[in-house]
Amino acid sequence: MLRWLIGGGREPQGLAEKSSVQTIGEEQIQNPYTELLVLKGHQDIVRFLVQIDDCRFASAGDDGIIFLWNAQTGEKLYELHGHTHKITAIAPFSSSDVTEEKTDLIITASADRTVIVWDCTTGRQVQKVSCFHSTVKCLTVLQRLNVWLSGGSDLCVWNQKLDLLCKTSHLSDAGISALVELPKNCVAAAVGKELIIFRLSASNNESEGWNVLEVKRLVDHQDNISSLVSVNDLTFVTGSHVGELIVWDALDWTKQAFECNFWDSSVHPDVQPEIKLSQSPNETSVQHLTSDEECVFAAVGKGIYVYNLQMKRVIACQKTAHDSSVLHIEKLPNRQLISCSEDGSVRIWELREKQQLPAEPVPTGFFNMWGFGRTNKQANQAAKKMQENTPMYFLELIGDLIGHSSAVQMFLYFGELGLATCSADHLIILWKDGERESSLRSLTLFKKLAQNGDLQLK
Amino acid sequence: MISAPDVVAFTREEELEDDLYREPPLPEEYSVPLFPFAGQGANPWAKVAGSKFTRDFILISEFSEQVGPQPLLTIPDDAKVSGTFDLNYFSLRIMSVDYQASFVGHPPGSAYPKLNFVEDSKVVLGDSKEGAFAYVHHLTLYDLEARGFVRPFCMAYISADEHKIMQQFQELSAEFSKASECLKTGNRKAFANELEKKLKDLDYTRTVLHNETEQQKKANDKGYYTTQAIEKANELASVEKSIIEHQDLLRQIRSYPYRKLKESEFHPYEPEGALDRADDQDPTASDPSEPGETHLYSHMPSYTPKLIKAKSAKCFDKKLKTLEELCDVYFFTQTLDQLHHIERTFRGDVCYLLTEQISRALLKQQSVTNFLFEDVSFLDEKPPEKQYRGCQGLSQEAIDEKCLEESLAPKVVISLGSYKSSVECVPIKMEQEMEDSEEPKMSESVMSEHQENLDYLDADIKGSISSGESIEVLRTEKSGSGLTKSESQASLPVMPSPQAGRSKVGSRRTVSEDSIEVLSTCPSESLIPEDFKASYPSAINEEPYADDDEGGLRFTPRLNPGVDDGQDDASKQESLVQVDAACCIGKESPNFLEALPEPGQRPCEEAGVVRIPPQPYRPAEQGLRGGFPCHDGLSAGLLPCELDSRYLTGSREVSKSSLDECSDSTSYISSAASTCSDRTPSPAHLGCAAGERHRKRAGQNALRFIRQYPFAHPAIYSLLSGRTLVVLGEDEPMVRKLVTALSIFVPNCGAYAKPVKHWVTAPLHLVDFQKWKLIGLQRAVSPGGVNVLHTLSRYSRYLSILDADSKTLRCPLYKGSVVARLADHRTQIKRGSTYYMHIQSILTQLCSKAFLFTFCHHLHLPISEREPEESVVNRRMNFLKLQLGLANEDIKIVQYLAELLKLHYIQEPGQGGNPLLRFDYVPSFLYKI
Repeated sequence: MLRWLIGGGREPQGLAEKSSVQTIGEEQIQNPYTELLVLKGHQDIVRFLVQIDDCRFASAGDDGIIFLWNAQTGEKLYELHGHTHKITAIAPFSSSDVTEEKTDLIITASADRTVIVWDCTTGRQVQKVSCFHSTVKCLTVLQRLNVWLSGGSDLCVWNQKLDLLCKTSHLSDAGISALVELPKNCVAAAVGKELIIFRLSASNNESEGWNVLEVKRLVDHQDNISSLVSVNDLTFVTGSHVGELIVWDALDWTKQAFECNFWDSSVHPDVQPEIKLSQSPNETSVQHLTSDEECVFAAVGKGIYVYNLQMKRVIACQKTAHDSSVLHIEKLPNRQLISCSEDGSVRIWELREKQQLPAEPVPTGFFNMWGFGRTNKQANQAAKKMQENTPMYFLELIGDLIGHSSAVQMFLYFGELGLATCSADHLIILWKDGERESSLRSLTLFKKLAQNGDLQLK
Repeated sequence: MISAPDVVAFTREEELEDDLYREPPLPEEYSVPLFPFAGQGANPWAKVAGSKFTRDFILISEFSEQVGPQPLLTIPDDAKVSGTFDLNYFSLRIMSVDYQASFVGHPPGSAYPKLNFVEDSKVVLGDSKEGAFAYVHHLTLYDLEARGFVRPFCMAYISADEHKIMQQFQELSAEFSKASECLKTGNRKAFANELEKKLKDLDYTRTVLHNETEQQKKANDKGYYTTQAIEKANELASVEKSIIEHQDLLRQIRSYPYRKLKESEFHPYEPEGALDRADDQDPTASDPSEPGETHLYSHMPSYTPKLIKAKSAKCFDKKLKTLEELCDVYFFTQTLDQLHHIERTFRGDVCYLLTEQISRALLKQQSVTNFLFEDVSFLDEKPPEKQYRGCQGLSQEAIDEKCLEESLAPKVVISLGSYKSSVECVPIKMEQEMEDSEEPKMSESVMSEHQENLDYLDADIKGSISSGESIEVLRTEKSGSGLTKSESQASLPVMPSPQAGRSKVGSRRTVSEDSIEVLSTCPSESLIPEDFKASYPSAINEEPYADDDEGGLRFTPRLNPGVDDGQDDASKQESLVQVDAACCIGKESPNFLEALPEPGQRPCEEAGVVRIPPQPYRPAEQGLRGGFPCHDGLSAGLLPCELDSRYLTGSREVSKSSLDECSDSTSYISSAASTCSDRTPSPAHLGCAAGERHRKRAGQNALRFIRQYPFAHPAIYSLLSGRTLVVLGEDEPMVRKLVTALSIFVPNCGAYAKPVKHWVTAPLHLVDFQKWKLIGLQRAVSPGGVNVLHTLSRYSRYLSILDADSKTLRCPLYKGSVVARLADHRTQIKRGSTYYMHIQSILTQLCSKAFLFTFCHHLHLPISEREPEESVVNRRMNFLKLQLGLANEDIKIVQYLAELLKLHYIQEPGQGGNPLLRFDYVPSFLYKI
């Protein structure tokens, strides 16, 4: 198409040859998003989207402004000013006072070393904390304990009224990059290559006091931990910059599984050795992890990998799912997966069973993704034998959303309300199901007709 | 050379022609009289062919007390316009028909002069000798120096087209009333000023006289008064009387309620600023020395009172104030602006005006859909709305009465709206003897005759000030039969028909809504050309009248059963209505009525040429419908009662076809008119001249586009279905031209400007596709240009791309039929404006379909709660396919339009609403020439 535009006589197949990225034509029957709304407001990269309730979400980014949006209409609800620097973390927090009604709050942390709590219903700043020594890089709310944690160079525990309950000593200059809640009042914090487990315990002298204790340091990663996600009460997963994926037991913090180079095709040097050359650390970094009960979905470099926890192996992958790094992935309820990438596109995948005849030779590419963990090669061998009986999966591209002109940082799936994506081009796009919107509009139309009394015969 | 005989035939053509010529001519009775002005351009609608002026103009005249009627100025102020037309003569004519602006001064039984706030009178006047017809608006301005304090003026809209005057009477009247109000407002202010100054003068004079008297008294102690002293005392007394009189006048002028202005939303002046400005600008202020001339706008405090001489200057010595001085510069210019506006509004062919008004009225009704393809911005402006609803407030009796009147009053005024005011039926005695008087004389004598009558009537009329809207049609036809033929033909939109002169059909009596005085001085029946009488034989069956004398009284319109299909009972009723002589003023001359063409009587199928100017739009009013004795599909289809929502279901087909016809025919007429005369500027309705020009140009370009590009259909489909079309090219003018051409197919998203961007050089962004549906994009060779192309390729799913340089188009496939009708490259339409109308009509159909689709409840919502969504979807598709008859991609067009309608409807007035971008995942194809 581009070639045709530029005026070259060649057919556009050259493009397809050059990149091995799977493309989908203009005909996307399964893609439900046929309507979009562009939400303008931010003046810099929008990095965070966070859902407040069924139909509201907040966006924040490098301009330090937080916007509250209506996900149905795209209406801008509030514009929250308070931070002077870019936002580094955002977390929703619903206060559950016994006396009061449930109010929706959001906590934002910024590079100006402040944390602000906002009231989403009024759009007002509830409270501001500015006693930090470093930028808070992550925020976690422990709804169960009614406290929230801020992670910077140290870990602080706050209650809902923003009283500092306790804090750890200085951990590292780089600070905590990720926090995840674990059972038994524990949290896992990723600090550089280390994973530190803290335990919160009620202090004896005060009724509302908490103590935070470092319980364990796990140093299994070779490189900085880039993502940390809790799968269920029993397991959590970490991913590192060099592409290690470790599945941990959430109770005793032992390694359950370890995948270090499952993306690495150089295990089989006969196959496409040139890929190895082109691989930079960035391309092997585990950018984002998400999971459902069965599987962990990892955004590794440009690719997407599906790791089955039961089988302890990658069951499906798309090695070059995007032209550029995948920044965020999310699993949808309907076996679908959405990924967004630095190339500015959002893609919708579906995990499908591969109907494969046993006689058919297994393609080499499939072998490549095999997890040859150091832990138990024998188990892997067994799994390989098992493979003939177990269904095999692949990721089918069912649609892509092209709208952003720059990297899509994050997206938020709102179910049937649609999908909100935010990008470095300062925009948020609400993608919607055109059919549904159309019928909703009809509904509104007839409501309004009835209101105006236009339905009566005159 | 394939066949020699052909060649021979060709070479012998001339001789053959000669042979033809040598054939014996048709017998006289079969021959059709040639159109007398064929030489000037074969346009039978050019009614002005015989007139001496080249286009419509506005004339302001004054009945000067010194020199009699005189023309003051014309608008446009161009000698060419009036040509050889005798303005002086015509001024005399138009000034002599004013009967209301008289009798101001000392009424009997009143001690003081009394100002009469006379309503303007509005008169229609025709002069077939001059080929001129005029709407004449009389008004009086006050002038302290004038006789009886009044200066009669009149403004006249002069046109060669009588129909225009008659049919646009309401509009003209409304517009001229504004101008007149403006003048009179200024005049009242000026008059008040003048009075104040005069009072000061008088006051000063009185003081001086008083002092003189005192001195004389002192000086004279003889005990008796000298004659001088007596004179002085008399003088003093008269000055005092004069002061009282003037005070009274001032009180009167001040007490004039400015209600008119309040009613008519027309605020021509800002009281403070205007006065200041006027003061500054007043050119006459520099000449304060002239006695007797008080200055209107010098500042009050600085005014130095003058002594007033006892003997005023003789009437003919003094210089009368100019119109500009009479009303104030500011108001004068305002008035001129208004008159220019009128001139612009009403110029051109009447068909054009009527079509404009019809479509405007119809558009107003389509309040839900009109924003899509029409420029609705002008609807917000206050159009010169006809007072159609005049009758609706009346009781049933009144309506009945009106019907009666309608069916009796002559056809001349058939298409005038129904008037709000009660128009008085003035019995005017016409002199039968006038019949044999000499022609040029006659008209004038009749005029004076009328004048007398009118004077006689004056008392009545003056009694009721509200009788502003009486209309007169004065007509002085020459009745030389030979001349008449050609003349009346010239003014008739009638094609000579072969049946000419065949049958002696009786006078067709037709109907008008109101009793409008028709004063005619053409007594002779011979006035009506026979061929004209016969030219509508199919429209109406007329009873041959037994007696010529009674002919005028026998008004029994009967509809031809073949023609009255589209009519309802109302029109049949009127055929039962019997004649009342009291109402037909033109008793002695029924025939001149015939000279007026009866619009809408001839079915207009043949050759696609319509001989009928479209009727002005009228509301659905059963009683009033009787006013149309016969209209075929054309006007029937346009009747608005069928154009509300029910219209869409009921008579969609009818109206569709008639709309088509109407638009086509109108454009034909107007185009024909414009070919024959260079002086037909298109009417600029309410200042949307630019829009008019734009339409014309866009239509022309579009026509060229569809002829030039074989892939015009998918391109237009893209636009209609809301897919942004990018016109890519290096050459800006060419791209702009293409964008202009295609812009007429772009549906509006709201009542704002069209979502069209003519020229962009920067790379496009997603937001642009939300905002614009048609974009002209620069193809540059620079690196930036590559960037531009990259974005195009990136967003290709939202775009159709028309490459103007390599003449390719990349867009989805189109297999529907709507666009094929819209843009047929073999179309016979030649003119841009015609094509534009064609497009409009088809787009209007689409809009109506979209409207139906949008507002059918069950198409979008389940009938019962348990009904699954699928069945609703099925129903929807069935409706689109079967009910609306849409195929393939046409469905998407209607769906898109429906979506726009929904958005427009549910959008809250205050907020702009977020612009949506809807798109489909459909493959695109590359089209090449």
